Amino acid sequence: MRLHTVLACLLLLAGCGKVWNDPYPASQSGKNILYASFSERPKHLDPAQAYASDEHDFIAQVYEPPLQYHYLKRPYTLIPATAADIPSPRYFDSSGKELPASAAEVDYSVYEIRIKPGILYQPHPAFAKDAAGRSLYLNLKPDDLRDKFGIADFPASGSRELVAADYVYQIKRLAHPRIHSPILGHMSGYIVGLKEYAALIEQEDKALQPAQPGVKPQIWPSLAKHEIAGVQVVDRYTYRIKVRGRYPQFVYWLAMPFFAPVPPEADRFYAQPGMAEKNFSLDWYPVGTGPYMLTENNPNARMVLARNPNFRGEIYPSSGETEDAAEGLLADAGKTAPFIDAVVFTREKESIPYWNKFMQGYYDQSGISNDNFDSAVRVGIEGDAALSPEMARRGIRLKTSVATSVYYLSFNWLDPVVGGQGDAARQARARKLRQAISIAIDNEEFISIFANGRGVPGQGPVPPGIFGYREGDDGYNPAVYEKTGGAWHRKSIAQAKKLLAEAGYPNGRDAGSGAPLVLYLDTTGGGPGGKARLDWYRKQFQKIDVQLEFRTSDWNRFQEKIRKGNTQMFFLGWNADYPDPENFMFLLHGPQGAVKLGGENKANYSNDEFDRLFEQMKNMENGPERQAIIDRMVAVLRRDAPWVWAYHPKDYSLYHAWLYNVKPNLMARNGLKFYRLDPALREVKRAEWNRPVVWPALLLLLLLIAGTLPALRSWRARELAKA
Amino acid sequence: MSAYIVRRAIYAVFILIGVNLITFALFFKVNTPDDMARLQLGVKYVTPEAIAKWKAERGYDKPLLYDGTATGRHKFTDTIYFEKSVEMFRFNFGRADDGRDIAYEISTRMWPSLALAVPVFLVGMLLQITFALMMAFFRATYIDFWGVVLCVVMMSISGLFYIIGGQYLISKLWNLVPISGYAGGFDALKFLALPVAVGVIGGIGSGARWYRTIFLEEVGKDYVRTARAKGLSEVVVFFRHILRNALIPILTGAVVAIPLLFMGSLIAESFFGIPGLGSYTIEAIQSQDFAVVRSMVFIGSALYILGLLLTDISYTLVDPRVRFE
Repeated sequence: MRLHTVLACLLLLAGCGKVWNDPYPASQSGKNILYASFSERPKHLDPAQAYASDEHDFIAQVYEPPLQYHYLKRPYTLIPATAADIPSPRYFDSSGKELPASAAEVDYSVYEIRIKPGILYQPHPAFAKDAAGRSLYLNLKPDDLRDKFGIADFPASGSRELVAADYVYQIKRLAHPRIHSPILGHMSGYIVGLKEYAALIEQEDKALQPAQPGVKPQIWPSLAKHEIAGVQVVDRYTYRIKVRGRYPQFVYWLAMPFFAPVPPEADRFYAQPGMAEKNFSLDWYPVGTGPYMLTENNPNARMVLARNPNFRGEIYPSSGETEDAAEGLLADAGKTAPFIDAVVFTREKESIPYWNKFMQGYYDQSGISNDNFDSAVRVGIEGDAALSPEMARRGIRLKTSVATSVYYLSFNWLDPVVGGQGDAARQARARKLRQAISIAIDNEEFISIFANGRGVPGQGPVPPGIFGYREGDDGYNPAVYEKTGGAWHRKSIAQAKKLLAEAGYPNGRDAGSGAPLVLYLDTTGGGPGGKARLDWYRKQFQKIDVQLEFRTSDWNRFQEKIRKGNTQMFFLGWNADYPDPENFMFLLHGPQGAVKLGGENKANYSNDEFDRLFEQMKNMENGPERQAIIDRMVAVLRRDAPWVWAYHPKDYSLYHAWLYNVKPNLMARNGLKFYRLDPALREVKRAEWNRPVVWPALLLLLLLIAGTLPALRSWRARELAKA
Repeated sequence: MSAYIVRRAIYAVFILIGVNLITFALFFKVNTPDDMARLQLGVKYVTPEAIAKWKAERGYDKPLLYDGTATGRHKFTDTIYFEKSVEMFRFNFGRADDGRDIAYEISTRMWPSLALAVPVFLVGMLLQITFALMMAFFRATYIDFWGVVLCVVMMSISGLFYIIGGQYLISKLWNLVPISGYAGGFDALKFLALPVAVGVIGGIGSGARWYRTIFLEEVGKDYVRTARAKGLSEVVVFFRHILRNALIPILTGAVVAIPLLFMGSLIAESFFGIPGLGSYTIEAIQSQDFAVVRSMVFIGSALYILGLLLTDISYTLVDPRVRFE
């Protein structure tokens, strides 16, 4: 009986299709759908709040800021998205008189952004109107929502044209106290009137009494009532932003979802009683003008982006880097994107099932975890990476790119031993100690052991691909490397020990007291391989006879120690917000010290020359003059060694043969619109790779049955014996 | 019986207050409201003002347990503990720290948890009892001996091994079912087949060994000898007498577990991509979401108390000698 049941089940499964392990519905078979995954549920989808890359993976397809990065060109180049062109700032003095671009002193800059007419929002019930032009869903009662569990449950939807006022409305949203935009503090320092506007709105929000207990006052009436002094709607398609002083990096912010348009109708729609209880909010269902719209949001299992039927289309770029044509990245030049009908993101928390599903063809692309690196990639003697034979046989392609990130070991500048405080002689000794440590830590070895070679050793704060990064001889840090035999090598341990002795610690002991030098590294410890990494670091310090102790704490305490300056050394990293050296150099800008001012300079590094050069560099346009200043700044940093420049990580990504037009873009995540698929090839490969193998299961079943036979025989014998 | 249930319900309130207090103390020993705000607001460009606003909006700007600046009862009521706990006793769990409705999350996530846990529980128990009965039936034979050896081996293997091994064999090598994922309705069957099989097999070792012990204890009792003396067959003795009398200890373990099936499985849900309550709890702990952690601990405690109560009630059903007193 059991055998019959199992066989029936197997036959039933066999009837389901050619492959049995397909995790997607049969109705999706052969469709033009991209399959991707996500491991953590996005915390926010509201463009005023979302900042993390995994959040931008979704909303960058839905929302369109005025600017975007060119999909193929490197270095990263801004191009218009919804804007008609890249806005050029106009400069003014305090009396409102316009100044030439070359003016030394500027009181404020004005960016006038003109958007393209005729852009439509995705279909959404917030825009739905009846025949008389009255909104259908902006005056709902809680009972009206009884049978509504998703946006699709609203039978009618509408759209309207994108206007400049929507961009201005979103900038106002950044200031609302209940939206908690992470960039409010930063932008308040630049956008004229934003800080005052935020204070006004907060005051008004506090004064508002909710209509019902437990129901918070709505956000949109206050935002509609007041204006930001420095942000204006000029006409239907133009708006203007006034920024304090010069801030050339402001245009990069205009390429981020923070500055994407939000229609006030969406806020009104979602603010209605009963909406929040059903997770109807901008944080759950975005409303944008982009190529895709979020049609299913179940962040516990699956999120689905479907093609926005109102999207105007975007032309695939016809130029890029020189190798792009050879790699087939220009095959679709001039065609109208998006090419893919839908993107299904499936939540995959564990790396083993995720990797296996990629290998079975159920995900179209994948990163490579350390566990799978050896089976996926072969690294040659020269450090060149190539696919393993198994991957190559399957037609999988590998793409590598250096991330616009930096990992570093930071010295706390306020620390009496490794820091930069005290008189000149003491500062010089501490500098030599830091330089000795910088030499001793063999980052090339670290990258090889712990990152499978996926990294570029750091020579300064600016990563490759960002203006200011130097290659060739100028690219090496002379405090740590030296050129011998025509090539650059890390300086010897003997040289490091010599520096250590000059710092007052001959043989790793204090020259005065004879006590061994013990340094402390604050870490968060955990994670796979954490102990091995820490042991490796201890060995690096032992090379110069310095004892290294670890002070492990959880992430919260670790951050608190950094904020309070209770550290000696610690590890951190930084991902670029935008591709400008200012976004890395400011991490060492004295007036942004973490302890004194709560800024991002976690090392609390302070150097007058560096700070002066930073002020000069930050507002300059890219060019030889700016490069020269950056070179001087990097030279100061290399000499002072406030960080041990660890490495810039390299991203390795794998793509199946049926996925085209993939080029990693580390600054923007809106590239899905340019991806193209060959679903027929995918079906063929899936069928080939996933043929069900039934005989082992049948064999196991037979063995199980055979195993019970002795018992049955024994029972029978016992029964008969009694009889 | 009603008086007994009422008495237990009153005890339960105090137990829940205690559990809630301990959860609160442990959570805030590790995290401060500032830490929670930083985690929600991100690590870049977060200003002290933004943190203060976040805390004020969610009521985390108040003292934890005692407000010395307040007067009268407000010393205790104007605190984080009181404000966050009172509503929970009305089963109003409020919103997670990321703003999402906890009750909605629980209502959507409990079904996938149950879809996995119920079959594992029922099929698992059936197989364990069957296997245990077989070992007890063939006690002191090679079947019993090797059965116990197999049980010890199976219970010595980590649950994670069953999961990874099952995924490797059944999904990767044999391509029989999806390796992970979940869908509603009948589509759930193909996703649940593997986790249910893994859950059942993983639990056989310890379960069958435990039930075998119970059965063997019963086998030696006088009523069994009497039944045999009456000429009943061994099968009848086992299924009509021993199994029925062994139900009390079996119920002790089983009934108390039934309400907890709602809480889901932490590891299996994660590996098989099942969006249940087990993974919800783990995520909340990782993201330091106190609102979710306290809600899940509260529900877990309440369900455990309910399980114990159901166990007591079930005793009276299977053993007439037991009475509520």
